[in-house]
Amino acid sequence: MEEVKEQKKAASKPKSEVVISIKGLKKSFGKKHVLTDINLEVHRGENVVVLGRSGQGKSVTIQCIVGLLVPDSGSLKVFGDEVAQMNDNELKGLRMKIGFLFQSGALFDSMTVRENLEFPLTRILKLKNQHEIDERVNEVLEGVGLVDAVDKLPSDLSGGMRKRIGLARTLIIKPEIMLYDEPTTGLDPITSREISELILDMQKKYKTTSIIITHDMECARITSDRVVIMNDGKYIAEGTFGSLHKSNNEIAKEFFKDIS
Amino acid sequence: MAEQELELTGWRKWLASIGDQCVFFTRFLRNIFTGGFEWSEFVRQCYEIGYRSMMLVGITSFIMGAVLILQLRPSMVQFGQEGMLPKTLAVSLIREIGPVITALICAGKIASGIGAELGSMKVTEQIDAMEVAGANPIQYLVVTRILAVTFMVPLLTIIGDVIGLIGGFLALNFTDSVSYSLYFNKVVASIDYSDFLPAFVKTIFFGFAIGFVGCYKGFNSNRGTESVGIAANSAVVTASLWVFVIDALSVQLTSILFYR
Repeated sequence: MEEVKEQKKAASKPKSEVVISIKGLKKSFGKKHVLTDINLEVHRGENVVVLGRSGQGKSVTIQCIVGLLVPDSGSLKVFGDEVAQMNDNELKGLRMKIGFLFQSGALFDSMTVRENLEFPLTRILKLKNQHEIDERVNEVLEGVGLVDAVDKLPSDLSGGMRKRIGLARTLIIKPEIMLYDEPTTGLDPITSREISELILDMQKKYKTTSIIITHDMECARITSDRVVIMNDGKYIAEGTFGSLHKSNNEIAKEFFKDIS
Repeated sequence: MAEQELELTGWRKWLASIGDQCVFFTRFLRNIFTGGFEWSEFVRQCYEIGYRSMMLVGITSFIMGAVLILQLRPSMVQFGQEGMLPKTLAVSLIREIGPVITALICAGKIASGIGAELGSMKVTEQIDAMEVAGANPIQYLVVTRILAVTFMVPLLTIIGDVIGLIGGFLALNFTDSVSYSLYFNKVVASIDYSDFLPAFVKTIFFGFAIGFVGCYKGFNSNRGTESVGIAANSAVVTASLWVFVIDALSVQLTSILFYR
């Protein structure tokens, strides 16, 4: 397959510190080679959208970044440190700086919204002052517009509300990096757009660096500074949303064909 | 780590499963003593597992005690030994029937519940989210549940035994007139520590096996809704089998230690 590297029009921005650096990353499950050669650099404050068909290993990449999966080979550095070589304490330290929004929201079913939000505060940040905890809970709930849901159980929330609470739970520790795993999957177009705009608002408010995995082109258009396209376990094209829209790459064309 | 299984078949898969269970057991043991104990979750699990199973254990034990008396009585009357009914019931209930019936009920209710709960948490990425949120899932989910079951099954068995004896007393009074004090004096006089102690010790092992199997099956279920049902079903079958295996071993051991 022809590999295309689009000129980065986003490169007109001054280059800032590289916070995530991936070189030659490989990961297999049994005989299935999911990641064959991943190379990516993400700069501070940048929103990178990863597009790709299902089962191409997009989620595996971000699970490697947060240390949920260990790559087979290659280098994956976050803030200059190799993730695979971190011990448990170093990994905990890294996770204090990374927020991960799971595809399903991954809210803890047995806990109320408040308990879900308090969980990372008491576990990662080890906060004990209830007044400070309450302030942070209210702040993020106001941010996602769901203050009234604080005492509800996840089973009482709609899909969009779950995603918002999931986003609030990741933002509550004020992470420097946000990893979004298909944040708009399964939502109607209006709610998807609201979530995409919320991601952008939160990125501006908390000045996070983000990797957003999505199939939703509207979400990609709204949130991306840069888009990379993944196929057969590697990134085959990258550029701004606009530049990839005009790209001659066959796979990029497939993704952008319904975009006017 | 959310690693997927290697593609193994036949005896290799069986050996890998044994090894996996040993690793899981080691992780459980290590996490009891390191990194702080999750007391609030342990107490919550004791309530969920113990208190919520009490009604089922109570009703079953009551019926079991009554049925045993009703079944035994004609034969005992035939031999003129109806005076032995309290002793026969007490010994059979406390030594064997009480612990085994309680353990089987717990295997059905608790092991399947834990298997399904942890399985669905795995499927909906809640276990990964817990790890990313700074909690140790083994410590929070597995250690608390296994210890809670290990602690509650012996207590449930004692409660079940007492209720079974009450059931026997009421059944005996359908046909005969036996005073409360005579019945319970005969019961207390007929049992000694060699009846109670081995039975109590084996219930601790029953509890551990039920908790361990439930947690292992749930924690290691595959990603997919179907696997939740498989985990729950497999947990019940395996835990029930372990109850009989432990019972057979304990009978042998008790015979050697007490009845030679």
